[in-house]
Amino acid sequence: MEVARLDAAESQPGSRTDAGEGQPVLALRHATKSFGAVRALVDGSVELRAGEVHALLGENGAGKSTLVKILAGVYQPDSGTLEVAGREVALHGPAAARAAGIAVIYQEPTLFPDLTVAENMFVGRQPLRSGRRIDRRAMHDETAAVFKRLGVPLDPARIARGLSIADQQVVEIGKALSLDARVIVMDEPTAALSAAETGRLFDVIRTLRDQGAAVLFISHRLEEVFTICERVTVMRDGSHVLTSDLAGLTAADLVRAMVGRELAERPPEAGADTPGDPVLTVDRLTSEGVFTDISFTVRAGEIVALAGLVGSGRSEVARAIFGIDRYDAGSVTVRGQHLRRASPVSAMAAGVGFVPEDRRQQGLVMDMSVEQNVALASLGRLAKGGLIRASAERAMATDWAARLKIKYGRLTDPVSMLSGGNQQKVVLAKWLGRKPAVLIVDEPTRGIDVGTKAEVHHLLAGLAKSGVGVLMISSELPEVLGVSDRILVMREGALVAEFSHDSASEEAIMSAAMGQQVAK
Amino acid sequence: MRAVLSPRRQQRPDEPAKRTGSAALAERVFRIRESGIVVVLAVFVACTAAVQPRFLNSANIQFVLIDTTVFALLALGETMVVISRNVDLSVGSVVGLSAYLATSLFGQHPGIPIVVVFLAGLGIGLACGIANGIMVAAGRVPSLVVTLATLYIIRGIDILIVGGKEVVAQSLPSAFLEIPKATVLGIPDLAIAIAVVIGIGAYYLRTFRSGRDLYAIGSNPEAARLAGLPVGRRVFTAFAVSGAIAGVAGVLWGAQYGTINSTAGTGYELQVVSAVVVGGVAIFGGSGSVVGAALGALLLSTISSALYVLGISPFWDQAIWGFLLLLAIALDQTITERLTSALRKRRTRHA
Repeated sequence: MEVARLDAAESQPGSRTDAGEGQPVLALRHATKSFGAVRALVDGSVELRAGEVHALLGENGAGKSTLVKILAGVYQPDSGTLEVAGREVALHGPAAARAAGIAVIYQEPTLFPDLTVAENMFVGRQPLRSGRRIDRRAMHDETAAVFKRLGVPLDPARIARGLSIADQQVVEIGKALSLDARVIVMDEPTAALSAAETGRLFDVIRTLRDQGAAVLFISHRLEEVFTICERVTVMRDGSHVLTSDLAGLTAADLVRAMVGRELAERPPEAGADTPGDPVLTVDRLTSEGVFTDISFTVRAGEIVALAGLVGSGRSEVARAIFGIDRYDAGSVTVRGQHLRRASPVSAMAAGVGFVPEDRRQQGLVMDMSVEQNVALASLGRLAKGGLIRASAERAMATDWAARLKIKYGRLTDPVSMLSGGNQQKVVLAKWLGRKPAVLIVDEPTRGIDVGTKAEVHHLLAGLAKSGVGVLMISSELPEVLGVSDRILVMREGALVAEFSHDSASEEAIMSAAMGQQVAK
Repeated sequence: MRAVLSPRRQQRPDEPAKRTGSAALAERVFRIRESGIVVVLAVFVACTAAVQPRFLNSANIQFVLIDTTVFALLALGETMVVISRNVDLSVGSVVGLSAYLATSLFGQHPGIPIVVVFLAGLGIGLACGIANGIMVAAGRVPSLVVTLATLYIIRGIDILIVGGKEVVAQSLPSAFLEIPKATVLGIPDLAIAIAVVIGIGAYYLRTFRSGRDLYAIGSNPEAARLAGLPVGRRVFTAFAVSGAIAGVAGVLWGAQYGTINSTAGTGYELQVVSAVVVGGVAIFGGSGSVVGAALGALLLSTISSALYVLGISPFWDQAIWGFLLLLAIALDQTITERLTSALRKRRTRHA
């Protein structure tokens, strides 16, 4: 494989003008990337032309972020080729990507809060004067000139701390501009912006496009994609699905391409019998800037799914209900009993269990044994005179391990030795041991193999049958559709739709989550 | 470039005012950190002198300044490390090792030039610093752990070599022992030299890319990596420099005290970190200045001396240091919060 050195690629004069309709300014072909056993990218392909804004779409976990990090030089692909201006390049690091004319603007801007705006823009490549000293005046003047070009009055001399997200992004865009980047990748730049700020960002993007840059624009908001982009590439499950002109496509087409998979057959356990009394009532819960006016109930024997895109506020609602995070207004009631705000102890006493999203960090104590983890939430009951009885702990763990079919070597082994699926069962056992009235599960099957996944689904259904109210957060639509009786959809911190088990479809949920009305 | 700016000024008459406004605010806060120490120092000196005028005689001032030099020098190296969101706890042990090994050269090779002894100290310190730097930068071990380990290892080597022996003043050439005593207009030469070195250090950190990179790395390590900065190399260099400086400081320590045994420099690391933090360098990196750190060292030395002059138990010495440390950190936190909210309000753009 012939790989051109970057300096060679860069020293090719006029490469920008060469890259017209025929030759793409950047082409990633069939890139793959695995992390251990997880195949994050199976077939990542994208082609950008000079002077276009190109949308990259896909569900959570479709591989967009991995692709972006490959373009940024942060990850090196396991296989596949990357061409910049017709020359094959290998990006060994972020500096190499920068030298190749690729600038990446991350969802979370990566500024240095203690440095000035101008320093942020020129970090690592400040203009120099005699003796390799930094020429501050030139740096500030060039920064001011870039802001003028972008039409934003930002002060180059102020430090970056305290800049709004929108202004931080402007600084990042300015950095890309001053680098003379030919390719600008924007990973969900509008996620944290207001409508007015988004409008201003679009003006900037149009300016960049008209100056000949290729912009890769990633967003979950389809209306934005239709506003600003000319072409689109859709990814699903780590693979390229389609690349096309946007003209002639509808939002429904895009959603279908993103969801795409065969509609999952519904597992038999879905659609429980008549649900009982409400066990969890959430009333007008609001946490400023995170979620607003969330009201719903979960009845005994019911599985309610909370769907939505990552970042729509689902996990935050769950954390507020369980009392991990503080909320500003509203109330949470469990079996008629008001929960104290920001008090997990109160939530547990009322009969709420919480299986968090990140089981390694939040769900388990990885260095403690299987039996200790199982017993962790029931210590009060297992203790006698303030001392924890190891025998009671062991008995409880043995019982639950058998009931949930946990596969383990010895109960005294550290829980970190179990597989992901069995670890998740340990977390479930920990809460089931308390006989909860309400169980909140956040992404209960993330990173779990198919077989165990089905077992977990079965377990949740069984729990509901026994009268527990289950609130499940999940990004996997087949899981949401298959397991739950009702589906609530969140978008940007608000509840936007509710579906019954029978009226729900993947398209309908995705459209609601992305704020689109899809014509049936 | 200037020409570009001028028409803009005419178009937006409100712009220059805002520019200078928020720039001045940031500037002012940075100055506050250093001027705050100067104020505390002045108040402390004034109070002490009021009670005991002897405190301000030239002998005592010289004593304080000399006492500060080794300390301020160490603070210079430590500041570079702390700015990059690391810490070097091994400096005290390096001082001890270098002080003994370098000054014992005078006994082993009579007539050896003093410069060679200083270079030997520098080399010993550099070697220790390089070892720290490799483990932190290449081994990716947290610097707190690495340098805590080398603190003990280097001290252990020191004790192994020195045993019960010591270098005594009689074995040292008088020209060497005179170094801390020479004065110009009542100010020790050494203090002037150190002040110049600190000035150079401050200029370097402010004006060269490698210096600014340290601030960037400390301010947001992840962003530094994404920006393609040579994070490992810069951090390594900071540790190497800190080690080398500690080596030189060790030789100076020898000149100052004349008697060097295996306990030389014990506990210095925490005093130096204290001076750096009291001097306004953020303990989690990203901001602060060498000048501030040197002033912090001066303040701590002054307090020790004042308590001695006033005849107060040295116990209070340590208690007051600890109190100042808490005050400095609380102040740092408050300033950062105030600054953030002030800058938020002073958004230069209007929605």
